[in-house]
Amino acid sequence: MNPVGIDIPRADGPSKVRGDAQYVDDIRPAGCLYGATVRSPIAHGKLLGIQKDPDFDWSDITVVTCLDIPAQNVVLLMTEDQPALADGVVRHVEEPVALVAASSPARARAAVAHIKVLVEALPAVLDPLTAQNNPIQIFGTDNVFKQISIHKGDKTDDGVIVEGTYTVGHQEQLYIEPQGMIAVPRADDGLTLIGSMQCPFYIVKAIAPMLGHGRINVIQATTGGGFGGKEEYPSMLAAHCALLSIKTGAPVKMIYQRDEDLRATTKRHPSVIKIRSVVSPQGELLQWDAEIIMDGGAYNTLTPVVLSRALLHLCGPYRCPRQHLEGVAVATHTPPNGAFRGFGAPQAMYAVERHMDAIARTIGMDPVAFRRLNLIRDGDTTPTGQALVDTGAHLVLDVALKAAEAEVKTPAIHPGGGVGRYARGRGVALVFHGCGFTGNGEARIKGKVAVELQDRCVQILTASTDIGQGVDTTFPQIAAAALGIGVSRVSNAPHDTAMVPDSGPTVASPTCMVVGGVLRTAALKLKAALQAETGLDTDDFDTLLDARTHTMALRVMAEYQDDGSMDWDDATYSGDAYPCYGWACSVVDLDVDLDTGEVLYRRYVSATDVGKAINPVIVEGQLEGGAIQGLGYATCEEVVLDDQGRMINDRLTNYIIPTTLDAPEMITRIIEIPYSGGPFGAKGIGEIPMDGPAPAVASAIEAAVGVVLNRLPMTPERVLSALEIKERS
Amino acid sequence: MTQFSLNGHTTSVDAPPMTRLIDVLREQLRLTGTKEGCGEGECGACTVLIDGLPVNACMIPVVQAEGTQILTVEGLAEDERLHPIQTAFINYGAAQCGICTPGFVVAAKALLDAQPNPSRTEVREALAGNLCRCTGYQKIIDAVVEALGGQP
Amino acid sequence: MVKPNLLKDIINIWGCTGLSGIDSTEYGFRIGALSTWTEVRQATALPPALIECAATVGAQQIQNRGTVGGNIVNGSPAGDSLPMWLVLDAEFEVASTRGVRRIPASEFWTGYRKNAMVDDELLVAVHIQPKSTDILHYRKVGTRMAQSISKVVLGARLRIADGRPIEARFAMGSIAATPVRLPTVEAAVLAGEGADAATHMAQDITPLDDIRSTSGYRLNVATRVVRSFLEQYLGA
Repeated sequence: MNPVGIDIPRADGPSKVRGDAQYVDDIRPAGCLYGATVRSPIAHGKLLGIQKDPDFDWSDITVVTCLDIPAQNVVLLMTEDQPALADGVVRHVEEPVALVAASSPARARAAVAHIKVLVEALPAVLDPLTAQNNPIQIFGTDNVFKQISIHKGDKTDDGVIVEGTYTVGHQEQLYIEPQGMIAVPRADDGLTLIGSMQCPFYIVKAIAPMLGHGRINVIQATTGGGFGGKEEYPSMLAAHCALLSIKTGAPVKMIYQRDEDLRATTKRHPSVIKIRSVVSPQGELLQWDAEIIMDGGAYNTLTPVVLSRALLHLCGPYRCPRQHLEGVAVATHTPPNGAFRGFGAPQAMYAVERHMDAIARTIGMDPVAFRRLNLIRDGDTTPTGQALVDTGAHLVLDVALKAAEAEVKTPAIHPGGGVGRYARGRGVALVFHGCGFTGNGEARIKGKVAVELQDRCVQILTASTDIGQGVDTTFPQIAAAALGIGVSRVSNAPHDTAMVPDSGPTVASPTCMVVGGVLRTAALKLKAALQAETGLDTDDFDTLLDARTHTMALRVMAEYQDDGSMDWDDATYSGDAYPCYGWACSVVDLDVDLDTGEVLYRRYVSATDVGKAINPVIVEGQLEGGAIQGLGYATCEEVVLDDQGRMINDRLTNYIIPTTLDAPEMITRIIEIPYSGGPFGAKGIGEIPMDGPAPAVASAIEAAVGVVLNRLPMTPERVLSALEIKERS
Repeated sequence: MTQFSLNGHTTSVDAPPMTRLIDVLREQLRLTGTKEGCGEGECGACTVLIDGLPVNACMIPVVQAEGTQILTVEGLAEDERLHPIQTAFINYGAAQCGICTPGFVVAAKALLDAQPNPSRTEVREALAGNLCRCTGYQKIIDAVVEALGGQP
Repeated sequence: MVKPNLLKDIINIWGCTGLSGIDSTEYGFRIGALSTWTEVRQATALPPALIECAATVGAQQIQNRGTVGGNIVNGSPAGDSLPMWLVLDAEFEVASTRGVRRIPASEFWTGYRKNAMVDDELLVAVHIQPKSTDILHYRKVGTRMAQSISKVVLGARLRIADGRPIEARFAMGSIAATPVRLPTVEAAVLAGEGADAATHMAQDITPLDDIRSTSGYRLNVATRVVRSFLEQYLGA
């Protein structure tokens, strides 16, 4: 039976439901010490040093500062700007300044509490709108991480002009397992790093310059959620564990407590987006001008790529002959922002869909009819000039609206007892999402996968990690299908950089679509190798195995092959931005509490084009999980900063994510418009479910109570304030 | 010494009275299935049953475990045979990253013991003290509602 | 006060039978200080509004462990139950080696997390005398539907005779250092202002901004939830 398209139970299911799965904090090497971090108390300042409390017993404490760094003081990612430990200057609150190691986590934290960071405060830039070309320099000479312009067509003012400004705040990934890492000294004077992460090879590349050598292997422990938050940040922890381990000669474990994790680690980029559109009186989009200012925080991290994706989605899934997009990502003295599911697109899609509603409102058209009129179709071009094929915007819209015709059965769950007055509304949002890396990204990364025949089973060697999205299940399905054997005979090997080839990072949803394709190639190569070895041309894997004269392991590797179909120019930002696109429509039904402004979700319907669902239950899980993060982004997830840029709602009691009682019942429809370049037609699906919920909710609030909210999150405070203004007028 | 029954076995531990139960379970007894996500009773990843009732092990001083019966996720399966809730979690895709799963499974066990035929709303209410960031809860609710059908 | 040594100066009162149990008395109820919120939810003889209140505390895990006495003595301004005790005219039975005394709820909270008990006293039980003729109302406006800390929490009690309110008690939490009564609103209700009595809210409360909400929101919501309640029972 072909295992592709079947709900194969997760390979890691049994160990997870039994509580056996080993997460980083469950692993305790012999003689392990525990690390903790001394951090900057202010946003920007001259770092004079640290002062150890003379009354504290330091006899069993190891302290590390930037002076202990063996080679270069850098955690390398796209650029070399971010130090492992601050040296001479601090550029954001909570920036790591020093490290301690002790025999217990409590003792390490006590030591941190007895170290004073000596800083001389300097003026800080916290507002991204004043950052560019600010005389106070943070990054380069102009505080700009990246600036991009995309232009298609000429300009016109001949039509109805609609303008709007849309503002979105930070969002925390909020993996339930906090960040954690262990460094263990190796016999060859190198280090093994074991931790919670998405991208083991990032860590190898990030800390080798700091160590001055490459004797490192990185092993992914079972990882309790990532959502982008464990893409680049674990490199920082790895650097810190490594420094402590080198100085102490012992294994060192660092597990962040929740408050530290919330204050110090990366978030989704806050952004301000302005859109000015020209539309014919009949409702055809004639021109679309949009600009985005994105706050990158104090260091570059992945910000240029996030900006790029935001800009490439700042037109929505709509046809328009004139599109002019401008984007700039700036530096501020705030903790660096980084990868988070959607990677810039959720910010853009919120603004685009809000603006589509604004146009519909202005010209007096039904918002769905207005969208339908302007949907991008086969042969239409994107702002970068990419001609689209197999577009699915119509299909997902039709399917979602049809599914939403079913009666909403959920009773409104009433919070807090008592009586209430409600208004009911429905909102629809339509989104698209470019799958995989931008432009020639895959060709540059050249992801590799190996498969190894061991006895009569096959092991997959890949750096694509399972962070809950199911790679350890779907990859065996893909390989088993290619080999024509049962999925129980195929498994992923542990994700250890000493053993597996670099498959590229587990980010931007290309794992299944791109690396899965490489895996399929590798599996087919294995079969071909067996055919060559045995001289048989049968396709039957077991016949080939039976014909072998020995049982030696056989290993083959495949690498991503650029088929030349992508025509992209990074210098001019033109051409084929993504190999393919996914399409999704969200329909949300909600009640607005007229006394409190609270939004109560009743039902969430989505229809999403996934190319091919390798494992439908896993796909639905991705779509529903992304949806709830989007609904949280819409109404309750807010990062509150103080005057130093420090997150003050740094606890799960105050950073609010939805519970079972906040989450709506969901209807999840899978659409399959196959992508010829993906294994069995699969597209990337991890990120697109994050894009639609927030604008759909905004639209539903507008339908329910007639107020227009253009800022995320749409908290009860903002909803009620808008309601009061409306009632007064 | 504090003595209690842990997953059916009499257990004694020597720990200061205000030591958190989660630390006793994870560090002293090396039962690491009980997870810590927040340390302040908000996420429910450390849910265990004390005398049949779900509680957050991060909020319980070990002194209050004296003489109680404690069930952790490790005590749910009988040898190799998974509890029907565990099987349902696997079949319905209710575990993704899995860090919240032990807490959900234990909380669901308490619900099904008390109310063998819960409605979806009752399931939602019973699991409202457990945060999950992966699933959107849909598959977890499905699994718990359906687990009953799988019970002998 | 001497800081206790947590390694030895611990008396575990969990499970002390004299401190637990919810019992009917000749005049009403005695709720043991160690009654958990789960036990309150299960005590169906209690007023429904009090049971609703119990259901909004944290979620199951917290309700199984959190107690009535803990909520009262911890005295957080956001304590979910505190306004209910004020409008119920509850009495808190406190005990020490010197004996037992009762402190009215209206005199209990003296400042931010401060109360009228002295160091050697222990809250033993809460006494309430709900009247079946009274309308008792609870409304918590929190950060989400469960596991939520209140932004505004309302307790209300109304007695109506011949279509006119003859007794009105309103109390709110999360808007000042202690839970507070709303005397102006109460007087306006008794003066026959109906739902418009809610418009006097600003005379009774001056909420603060904090991490969870804003002063403006709290004032608006306080006004609106009181108005909604009054409209339901006194008409618009």
